[in-house]
Amino acid sequence: MRLASKITGHALSLLLILLLGGLLSATLVRLAPGFDADEQELDPHLNAQSLQALHAARHHDDNLLRFYFSYMRRALHGDLGTSLALGQPVRTLLHDRIPLTMRLLVTGLGLAWMVSLALALSAAWLDISAYDALTTVVSGMFLCIPAAVLALLSVLWNISGSLVIGLIVFPHTYRYTRNLLTKAYGRPHILAAKAKGIGEARILFRHVVPVVGPQLLALAGVSVTMAVGAAIPVEALCGLPGVGQLAWQAALARDLPLLVNITLLVTLVTLLANSAADVIGHVMRRPEA
Amino acid sequence: MSPWRKLAYAVLALALAASMAASWLAPAGYARQYRETTDAPPSRAHWLGTDELGRDRFARVLYGTRISLLLAPAAALLSTLMAAWFGGLPGYLGGVWARLAMGVADLFLSLPWLFLLITVRALMPLNVSPFVSVLLTFMLLGLLGWTAAARVLCASAGSLRSSDFLRQARAAGVPPFRLFWVHVLPNLRPVLCAQFWISIPVFILSEANLGILGLGVAEPLPSFGSLLKELEGLVSVGQEPWKFVPVLLLVLVVTSFQLLLSEQAEAAA
Repeated sequence: MRLASKITGHALSLLLILLLGGLLSATLVRLAPGFDADEQELDPHLNAQSLQALHAARHHDDNLLRFYFSYMRRALHGDLGTSLALGQPVRTLLHDRIPLTMRLLVTGLGLAWMVSLALALSAAWLDISAYDALTTVVSGMFLCIPAAVLALLSVLWNISGSLVIGLIVFPHTYRYTRNLLTKAYGRPHILAAKAKGIGEARILFRHVVPVVGPQLLALAGVSVTMAVGAAIPVEALCGLPGVGQLAWQAALARDLPLLVNITLLVTLVTLLANSAADVIGHVMRRPEA
Repeated sequence: MSPWRKLAYAVLALALAASMAASWLAPAGYARQYRETTDAPPSRAHWLGTDELGRDRFARVLYGTRISLLLAPAAALLSTLMAAWFGGLPGYLGGVWARLAMGVADLFLSLPWLFLLITVRALMPLNVSPFVSVLLTFMLLGLLGWTAAARVLCASAGSLRSSDFLRQARAAGVPPFRLFWVHVLPNLRPVLCAQFWISIPVFILSEANLGILGLGVAEPLPSFGSLLKELEGLVSVGQEPWKFVPVLLLVLVVTSFQLLLSEQAEAAA
């Protein structure tokens, strides 16, 4: 029952954000410079009457609320408008670029999580201060380098974009995972299990994972947000034609219809990831004895 | 004080002192062009060489560091004040206000930071004067970077709400706003200070990212972001290693801030 109410709550908040985000997007698109202008008006063959007809067609969208409802209706039918700078439907642009970004994000996140978990687990198991300090310094170093510099260096050293996304996300996930695991392994019942000679794998899966699992899942949701943010410099500077590069090009060209639609889409993806992590964490969580 | 903390303070003090003395150490300034020596290697006249427009790189590094080291704390102050207002006050009021503030903060936090920054930056005019662009960039960082701090402050203020001294003040008839201003805010000072220090390296790195992407401080004003943009044309690391000095300086400055923060966190624990 509580799970159902949690899912309903997340679905309602997603719907609310979609409606509010849509209103914001519509407002930004409507107020964008050049919205009232039409290239056809520059055509010298058009007479005054035709120009007036074009103006009248544009003025139909003057009312913001009316524009919002027509924008949302079009969006529900998959029509996200046309990019001002690229002159192509936003839907087509997104459709062409989403697969590459998805591939980058999935591989990058996978790498970041594998390295983080391996290092954090070994730090918790080995309990050697020098090893702990070394891994902390390495992750701290990556934390202090701007994502865009890592992207530029990857071009120099011919490193793949997904590895760069992994390197950007890794210090954040590693630090949190290490703290969680170190704390979990210091709990009295786990120390007692170790003293009784129970195997490491059994301790990990029976006693540690149920404790840290929900928090790690929450971190997994947040790491999706981080990776999506990292996709902008990586794709823009490494010349990868994904959604991040599209957002960057739209920002430079002040192509608001395209930019706000991308931002809305990205917000939905990250919110969905965070909601899914929260719901799965809720299922995993069980009252501790 | 640990040796690492001392080292971090020394690095930051040195970087700040050198950047403040930029007009004395590099009297030619950051915008003067030496057209006969463009993209030159380091020499006695130009310690870090010149960029492709013939401007002294050493002068640009000093002035760029000054801009980042002065304006990132200013942006951090703005975001901390906003966090106190939009996080601390709803947290103190509790109920629907606290839930609303948390909802807004959660929405902002779920948005990738760089996406939000470039979207809002794109709404502003891009062809503005360098001075306006630098103010705009750091103001934007301050105005958008308050949400994480607001979350912490909302929770801290909420825990203060039921404390004995506030109950007593309420019973004595102290008006709510005065209660917040005189009794709640001073008790939130340690959290506010921590959030202020956390924000500085975040904003320095964000400005660097925006600058490299061409959405930060406009030319000819230097900043870490515009200085790092030079790396875009590099073919190999060993060919012109002096071009990496701004990166090293940035990493040193941010690492120093991170060291101070981790020492603070350890002391608090």
